[in-house]
Amino acid sequence: MAIRTTVTPMRVTISISGEIDHHNAAALRLEADEAIQSNLAPNVRIDFDEVTFMDSSGIGFVLGRYRIVSAYGGNVEVVNLSNKFYMMMKLAGLEKLMSLKTK
Amino acid sequence: MKALNSMKLEIESRSVNEAFARAAVAAFAAQADPTVEEISDIKTAVSEAVTNCIVHAYPDYVGKIYIWAGIFDNGIFRVKIKDKGCGIEDVDKAMVPLFTTLGGERAGLGFAVMESFCDRIKVRSKPNKGTVVTLEKALCGRSGADERN
Ligand SMILES: Nc1ncnc2c1ncn2[C@@H]1O[C@H](COP(=O)(O)OP(=O)(O)O)[C@@H](O)[C@H]1O
Ligand SMILES: [Mg+2]
Repeated sequence: MAIRTTVTPMRVTISISGEIDHHNAAALRLEADEAIQSNLAPNVRIDFDEVTFMDSSGIGFVLGRYRIVSAYGGNVEVVNLSNKFYMMMKLAGLEKLMSLKTK
Repeated sequence: MKALNSMKLEIESRSVNEAFARAAVAAFAAQADPTVEEISDIKTAVSEAVTNCIVHAYPDYVGKIYIWAGIFDNGIFRVKIKDKGCGIEDVDKAMVPLFTTLGGERAGLGFAVMESFCDRIKVRSKPNKGTVVTLEKALCGRSGADERN
């Protein structure tokens, strides 16, 4: 699991690669929140292009970032989801809270 | 019904073992010639059940997780994940999507994910005794698909 953050004035992009589970979600949160909270950009994009595995910890991760970003008035979008990850996020009703885009 | 082949695994409830457990079960299931999709479904469901043992069954100590997997006739794959932890008071309630007894970033979707990626799920639990989650999935497989359809 690795995370890369890219910052522009309007957007923080969080690109995750590898596996997201309960074990590595803590480290993922730490890095993502550092980038989110030091920029407070209006848009936070979470890129799943290189995610090879996720369980419901991945849903928890997205929801947690959503809570932080919406608290300061920003919005979250999740991009490059596989069909399976998209289906899992819909199971959680995330499509009602943010934009979800498949590959 | 007797399994054509089976395996047992005992691991400590350390979160670093989540990846190992799901990979080990997936590697065993591979001999039933599943599709990439089916293997991925098994990994996801096993990851949920094993994580639950680590975060819920043994919340503040390290206990043992017992995994059994078996391959049956017709490509039926079954896996049991057992703990001797705190158990579940009300299983029906625990399985309701979004229900969680832990705050933080638990989504309360572990059982919902197991249900959606497996054909059958059975949960047996006794407070203070432990929990057994049995997951079953029919592997239509790469070669089996044309035979069985
Ligand atoms: N092995 C277990 N031992 C004790 N309690 C469990 C176990 N598995 C699940 N639970 C209970 O069932 C609830 C729902 O589990 P789940 O759907 O995986 O959601 P989450 O893990 O996000 O809370 C948990 O919050 C917990 O109370
Ligand atoms: Mg869970």
